[in-house]
Amino acid sequence: MIEVEHVSKFYNGRKAVDDVSFSVKKGEILGFLGPNGAGKTTTMRILTCYMPSSEGTARVAGYDVFEQSIEVRKRIGYLPENPPIYPEMTVQSYLSFVAKIKGTRSGQRKSQVDEAIEKCNLGDVRKRIIGRLSKGYKQRVGLAQALLNNPEVLFLDEPTLGLDPRQIHEVRSLIKNLASSHTVILSTHILPEVSMTCNRVVIINEGKVVAMDTPEGLAHQVKGAERVALTVEGPTDAVLDKLQSIDGVLGVQVTEGNSDPQATYTVECKLDSDLRRTLAAAVVSQGWGLLELRGISMSLEDVFINIITKEQE
Amino acid sequence: MQNILAIWQRELKSYFVSPIAYVVMTIFLLISGFFFFGNVSEIVQFTMTQAQMGQASQPIDVPGYVMQRLFGTIGVILLFMIPMLTMGLFSEEKKRGTIELLLTTPVGNFQAMIGKYLASLTFLLILIVSSWCTISPLFIYGQPDWKPILSGYLGMLLYGAALLALGLFISTLTENQIVAVILTFGVGLALWLVPAYLTSSTGISKSVVDYLSIINHLDDFIKGVIDTSHVVYYLTFTFVGLFLAYRSLESMRWKG
Repeated sequence: MIEVEHVSKFYNGRKAVDDVSFSVKKGEILGFLGPNGAGKTTTMRILTCYMPSSEGTARVAGYDVFEQSIEVRKRIGYLPENPPIYPEMTVQSYLSFVAKIKGTRSGQRKSQVDEAIEKCNLGDVRKRIIGRLSKGYKQRVGLAQALLNNPEVLFLDEPTLGLDPRQIHEVRSLIKNLASSHTVILSTHILPEVSMTCNRVVIINEGKVVAMDTPEGLAHQVKGAERVALTVEGPTDAVLDKLQSIDGVLGVQVTEGNSDPQATYTVECKLDSDLRRTLAAAVVSQGWGLLELRGISMSLEDVFINIITKEQE
Repeated sequence: MQNILAIWQRELKSYFVSPIAYVVMTIFLLISGFFFFGNVSEIVQFTMTQAQMGQASQPIDVPGYVMQRLFGTIGVILLFMIPMLTMGLFSEEKKRGTIELLLTTPVGNFQAMIGKYLASLTFLLILIVSSWCTISPLFIYGQPDWKPILSGYLGMLLYGAALLALGLFISTLTENQIVAVILTFGVGLALWLVPAYLTSSTGISKSVVDYLSIINHLDDFIKGVIDTSHVVYYLTFTFVGLFLAYRSLESMRWKG
């Protein structure tokens, strides 16, 4: 659906986007992740035909964004970072204006607008003036605007910016629902958003793609070992010795409470091995009390910081 | 076409939901009304003094005289008012970020520009037509020759259209409306005054310099003469303004 090949963009002699390539399949939600100023918005602007790239080519929905920009524009919906609203208009008149300029035929316009209003939960404010609405509503009006004319591809630049937690939750589930009928590219610097909504993640830093995988794959790629946390009631030294002697264990550390007979240990195991059963059996066979045992999974946050700092070294 | 119409409609509506339309129209009618009244009373006084001195007064074309003076005044008022009509056209879209919406929908730069230009032109037309209220006494109390009045109005429209194109171009250059309004006014004033200054201080041929001045071309229209060279001047001016605006919009995409 989207193919980006070696796209670069120069801004006043600085490279804002540097040789970015990726592709997105139909029906996928791609998360575009990176610190502020990494080049996410610029990449989106290139793909939405707002500005041309300096180098490289990109195709959206089968059309070149530079050569066939009008064809591309007919097939996309775009929510820029600041929702592009006219504050003096009412929600309904604004949406019907956008439907018009997106080329929706007049017979379908009303049903399109109604559908977008319903999807974004704007029913109670449809006759209100946009300028007087709260930030959350404005953001949703922006999202509704992007959905008009049933675009094949949706570009959402930080769609949950400035929303309260409940609204964030609503918008995320809305985006997930959209995936069935649209291809979505979503940029964000909020990590949980990506792990919750996206099938695939592109991490971009200083204009370059530094990683590209599924959220789980990324976590897997970065961590060097599986880690398990154990809380055991028993003599600390003996427990340490016992755990270390188990085959596949790389190292054991006491993380808290080592003065007590009860302590928590972090066990690092070889990659791709699940030693939880062996560990439990070992502790129980010594007659110690196994109070807690859990696998520590690396969060996307750790992955992100890991990748970004690695880049900078 | 649907796009141009949609943009035109939205833009025209936005004049009337903001105070701009009402402020511009009120000030325009107030000032032109005041000058109209002034011109009429001047003539009345003049004929009365002549009668008192016992001179047989020569017949004066009162409506013609009043209208010529009034058109001259309207020309100056428009120089002040038109920058207010064009300042928001693109600067405001840039500031609000709605330009990203316009330029990522199938509306091309050209259609967006034409839609906006036509909206400002429509408002100008409404403004000019509304001045009929001011001059209606001429028709109630006399039978003015309507042909020079009509040619005067045509001149106003062409002159206004040219200034609007200039303002449209300038509003593509900045996202600050105040800058847009001052620049448009400044350039308009310069096009009016600088030629006059050049004739008096340098040896440049008067006819060349006169041709450049934006307001000189109005004189013939006001006198009731429709000279194609003036029509061509204003249309060229308009075309150049729109062309520059279009180029500026295109270059905005490259600059980002």
